[in-house]
Amino acid sequence: MTAPPSLHLVRLAVGELAPVTLTVAPGEVHCLSGPSGSGKSRLLRAVADLEAHDGEAWLGDIDQASLPAHAWRARVMLVPAESHWWEDEVGEHLPRAEASDLEALGFTPEVLTWQVARLSSGEKQRLALLRAVSLEPSVLLLDEPTANLDGATTRRVEAWLMARIRERHWPVLWVAHDADQIARVATRHWRIEGRNLREAPAWA
Amino acid sequence: MGVIELAWWQLALAALMVVALAGCTAAMRLGMSRHLLIAATRTVVQLALVGLVLEALFAAATLYWVALMALGMLLIAGREVMARQKRRLIGGWAFGIGTVAMFLSSFTVTVLTLAVIIGPEPWYRPQYAIPLLGMMLGNTMTGVALALDRLTDTAWRQRAVIENRLMLGQRWQAAVGDIRREAMRSGLMPMINAMAAAGVVSLPGMMTGQILAGSPPALAVKYQILVMFTITLGTGFGTLAAVAAGSRRLFDGRQRLRLDRLAAPKG
Repeated sequence: MTAPPSLHLVRLAVGELAPVTLTVAPGEVHCLSGPSGSGKSRLLRAVADLEAHDGEAWLGDIDQASLPAHAWRARVMLVPAESHWWEDEVGEHLPRAEASDLEALGFTPEVLTWQVARLSSGEKQRLALLRAVSLEPSVLLLDEPTANLDGATTRRVEAWLMARIRERHWPVLWVAHDADQIARVATRHWRIEGRNLREAPAWA
Repeated sequence: MGVIELAWWQLALAALMVVALAGCTAAMRLGMSRHLLIAATRTVVQLALVGLVLEALFAAATLYWVALMALGMLLIAGREVMARQKRRLIGGWAFGIGTVAMFLSSFTVTVLTLAVIIGPEPWYRPQYAIPLLGMMLGNTMTGVALALDRLTDTAWRQRAVIENRLMLGQRWQAAVGDIRREAMRSGLMPMINAMAAAGVVSLPGMMTGQILAGSPPALAVKYQILVMFTITLGTGFGTLAAVAAGSRRLFDGRQRLRLDRLAAPKG
């Protein structure tokens, strides 16, 4: 097994944001914060190559442009703030879900037989994280992964995510608003000020 | 068995009855008489003009004129496909995809049917070629227009679902697969329904016409089956090509959903 790759952004530019150059090493969590509309989500979309952009993104020594887009996205997995589901049943979206993961996120295995239509927004958010993680990516891009969750569930999801990130050595870009959450999970913290990304302390 | 001659004064009798119907609806204030009279007048004018064109074409009967007529029909059908879409592809793609799809399917199937199956002398004899192509184009146009409209409109509504599927590493074909199936279905359903109901619920117009013109019903039925099949082929392949090309155009080389390639609906 080769060493897990890190994520490099080289003068990656999308929208109003000035070009971003940064490296996320394996197992590191870089939090992004900033006012809404400042371009955090667009930056993540550009890293996942869902949005046209300038500059480069590298996964280890693999250039984003050298892979077919779907193969890149399968490795560099973006979990959006609001998830979407297309089949009727939850289980059809989660063919490889482990019972232990479901339990860690506060579900019983019966959730797989539920209709998607009866999920609450918080349930959808947790299951969307599991859906992405169970595809075994190499990088996670998380867009406010706990926005719809209450305090206790937020801690539970964080713990599960962090355990998985450490175990798999994934580089992670994590968009967050809550200073306490950033203090808990971030290796480094970047705040968008105006058009620029500035390093901020990870503690509140 | 000759066809019973129909004189203009006899048509005038039928027209008089339409006027009487319009008079009745006007008297009862049902407000349809204007539409009725305008539509009836359009029928007379348009069909009389087509009659003149066909008379001239049958007299000339050269490949050159038949091809010109066919091209004219194709371009009008292409325009119609474009006009029936709510969110059409911009940059001439809506017209281009619709027209090329209809050209590929309708023309190929018509030429094949003429040359291989019916076999008139010469193969482009306008008495056979033009009505056959007309029926093909009319139905293919409906199928292609319905399918493209469904494709672009559903992609617009379900953009978030499509993008979420892309984020999970699906190819664009998979991400838009359900929508392609739906578009294909709405394009083919009218023809499938027509085949299922043929003869039981409705007597197809072409067969009725042939019987009125003195053909034995058994022959008319054979022609009707042939025409139904060729129309289904034309509609099917035309819709297939349009859905394939149209859905490809919704994505760029990096498999990003490009809804900026759709025009905003008017009004």
